[in-house]
Amino acid sequence: MNERFKVFVVDLEAAQGRVETIDGRNDVAGGSGLAALLFLRYGRPEQPWDHPEQPIILAIGPLTGHFPLMSKTVCAFVSPYHDQYTESHAGGRLALALFFAGYDALVLLGRAKTLSCLSLGSQHLSLRDAGFMEGMNVAGTGKLIRRMFPKSSGHRSIIRIGPAGEIGSAMACINVDSYRHFGRLGGGAVFGVKNLKGLVVCGDAQRPVPPGKEYAGLFKEVHRQVCSTDMMRKYYHLGTAANLRGLNDIQALPWNNLQKTADPGIEGVTGEIFADRTLLRNGACSGCPVGCIHLGFFRDRFKEDARYLYHQVPYDYEPIFAAGTMLGVTDCFDVLRILEDFERVGLDAMSAGVALAWATEATQRGLLSEKQTIVRLSFGDAGAYQQAAHHLGLGSNEFYRLLGGGTRKAAAEYGGDDFACVLGQEMAGYATGPLFFTAQSLGFRHSHLDTGAYSREQQDPAKDVTTAVDFLLADEPYRALLTSMTACLFARSVYQSEQLVKCLDSVGYRELAASIEPVAERIRALRWQVRIATGFCAEEITIPKRFYDVTTWQGPVDGEYFDRLREAYGRRIMEFALPEAAPL
Amino acid sequence: MKPLTTPRMDRCIGCHSCSLACARLVHKKLSWATSGIRIHSAGGLSTGFISVVCLGCDPAPCVQVCPTGAFRQRKGGGVVVRKSDCISCGACVTACPVGAIYQDGGGEVYVCLHCGRCVEFCPHGCLELTQRADLQRSLDHE
Repeated sequence: MNERFKVFVVDLEAAQGRVETIDGRNDVAGGSGLAALLFLRYGRPEQPWDHPEQPIILAIGPLTGHFPLMSKTVCAFVSPYHDQYTESHAGGRLALALFFAGYDALVLLGRAKTLSCLSLGSQHLSLRDAGFMEGMNVAGTGKLIRRMFPKSSGHRSIIRIGPAGEIGSAMACINVDSYRHFGRLGGGAVFGVKNLKGLVVCGDAQRPVPPGKEYAGLFKEVHRQVCSTDMMRKYYHLGTAANLRGLNDIQALPWNNLQKTADPGIEGVTGEIFADRTLLRNGACSGCPVGCIHLGFFRDRFKEDARYLYHQVPYDYEPIFAAGTMLGVTDCFDVLRILEDFERVGLDAMSAGVALAWATEATQRGLLSEKQTIVRLSFGDAGAYQQAAHHLGLGSNEFYRLLGGGTRKAAAEYGGDDFACVLGQEMAGYATGPLFFTAQSLGFRHSHLDTGAYSREQQDPAKDVTTAVDFLLADEPYRALLTSMTACLFARSVYQSEQLVKCLDSVGYRELAASIEPVAERIRALRWQVRIATGFCAEEITIPKRFYDVTTWQGPVDGEYFDRLREAYGRRIMEFALPEAAPL
Repeated sequence: MKPLTTPRMDRCIGCHSCSLACARLVHKKLSWATSGIRIHSAGGLSTGFISVVCLGCDPAPCVQVCPTGAFRQRKGGGVVVRKSDCISCGACVTACPVGAIYQDGGGEVYVCLHCGRCVEFCPHGCLELTQRADLQRSLDHE
C-alpha cells in the first residue's frame, strides 16, 4: 500500500495543476488530519480568509472507496465567519469521485480571473469561464454545469455555490450533488472569492482491490451489519427528524428564537408527519447502502387552473429546527418551502434560520423595522421568511449583508445581542443545557457533532465540571479519527476502534492500524494548533444572555456552573497551543 | 441459466453498491465504471436512477461483431467473455444498442456476465436473477 498522499494542487489564476506526493499517512491518516497537514503546507495563517492564496482543501480518508459509509469529504478553509481555520463535512458523491479520480486531496489556490467552473479527473483539468452564471441559483447552476461538462455523467460529483457565496456571505454553503452540503461557516464565500462557481470531479479511473481474502470477507461483514441489522434503522426510517418530538417532549427543542423549549405546534413538524405527508423518496451517498437522505416534496399552484409545480427538498432534524421550530413555523410543507428558498440562494439552512429568528425577535422588540428587514417578520409567517431568505442570500441591503456575516455582527449594530442564539456560530437545535452550550461554543467546528455533549447531557445531567470536561476531551479524538477516515458519523456504532483497525489492516495500512489511538490524539492536537494559529482564543468566546435565561428539561440554567464549565473546557483546549517559539 | 434483471429500479437510492460489488468481486477493481452494471442518474439526481446493464440479447449484437470470438453467446441470453482472446478493438461497445459495455482507458471491456454477485448487495431488491418468463410472476407477487 502506497503510504504517501497524492494531492492535486490547482492554481486557479493560472488554470494549472500539479500532482504532489506528501508523507504523513501514518501520522495523520487522511480527512481532517490530512486537511490540517495541508493547511500547514499551503495555508497563510497570518492572512485573512479572502486572501487569494488562502487554500480551500478537500480531503478524503484511507478507507474511502473501500468500505460502506466511508462517504464523507472534509472541506477545510479559513472561515469568513470568524477568520479562523475550520472544517465542514459533506457526503454525496464527492468522496468517491476524488478516490476514483486518484487523489487523496484537492488543494485550490489563487483566484480565477473570471467567474469560472473547474472540471478535473484522472486525466484532465479544465477551467472554463462561467460569467453567464453570475447570480444564478444553485439548481440552475447545477443544470448548466451538467450541460457544460457532459463527460462522466453519473460517475462524478458536482459542487457549486449560489448568489450568497458570490457576495461573500459567511452563511453561504457549498451545495454538493444537489442534496448534501458543506454547510457551515461560509465555505461558499471562499468559493466566491476564488471566482469559483462550480467544481466537477470525475471519478473516471480505477483502483486495485486489496489483495487477499481478508478484505472481501470484512467488506461483506460490514455490509451485513449495516443492511441486515437494526443498527442504522433510525437513520433510514424516519431519519434524524424522528428526534424532533423527543427533544420537544423533554423541553430541549428551541422554538421562536429559543424563547421556549417546547410547544404544542410540534404536532405539525414531527418526523412522522414529514414521512407521512412529504416524504417522496430516499437517496444515498455513493458507497452507502443505508440511504438516509430524506427527500420531501411540496407543490404550488401557480395558476387558477389546475397548474402545479413541485420541488424536492432534503430534510433532516437540523433544517426542520432552523426553518421550522426556531421560526415558529409549524406546517411541514411551509418548512420545506423555506428550506427550498435557502437552497436556491445557497445559504446554510441552520445559520440562516437562526439568524432570521433573531431578526424576528428584534422586530418584536422594536429594534428592527421593515426599513431593515424589507418584509415584516413575525414568528410563524412562512411567506415572509421565504422572502427574507432571498434578501439574506442576495444581500439586498446593508442590514442583510451585515446579518449574513453573523447574527452577532448585526446585533452589535442594531442591538439585541442578549438574545442572539449564537454558540461560536448560529446554534444547533439542542437546548439540552450547559454541557451542550459549552461544547458547541468551544468545539472545533462549533458543531453538535464535535462531541456527543447533547446526547451525554440527556443521559447524565450531573453537574460536575471535572467529569464533564473529561468527557468532552475524551470524546473528541475518536470523532477526529472517524472524520480523518472520512466515515459518516452515523456509522460510529459500526466503526468502533476495533473495527477500524481491522479495516485498515485489510487494505494494507498496517502501521496506521497499529497506532490509531496516538494518531487520533495527534490529529486532535494538530487541528487545534492550526485553529489557534489562525486566531482562536477560548476566552474570547462569549455567550449571549439567552442561554443563561432559557429553561430546559433540567430547569433553569445554572449560570455559575455553566461559566465554570466553559472556563475549564476552554483552558484545556488552549493547552493544545504550541509554545510561541515553536513553529507549526 | 437465469440472466440478471433490474425489475425494481424505481426503488434505487443511488448508492452504487451493485456496481461497486461487481467491480470489486468480478473484475478485482475499485471503480464506478469497470463493472458489468453501472448506475446513472436519469438527468440529475432529482429524477431517480437508471441501470446500464446487459439485457441478455439472443442473438447478441456484440457477439456478432466480435472479430476474435472473445464474446460468445451465453445460453439463456447475454454473453460469455474470454478475456485472453479480446484485442480491445471496441467493436462490441459500439454494437451494443443500450451502451451496456464499458471500455476503460487501457482498452479492457466490461460487460455483465449475469453471475448475480451484485444482487445481494442491493439494499432494496432492485436486482434479481430470473428468467424473463418468471419476471412477471415475480412482480405480480410483490
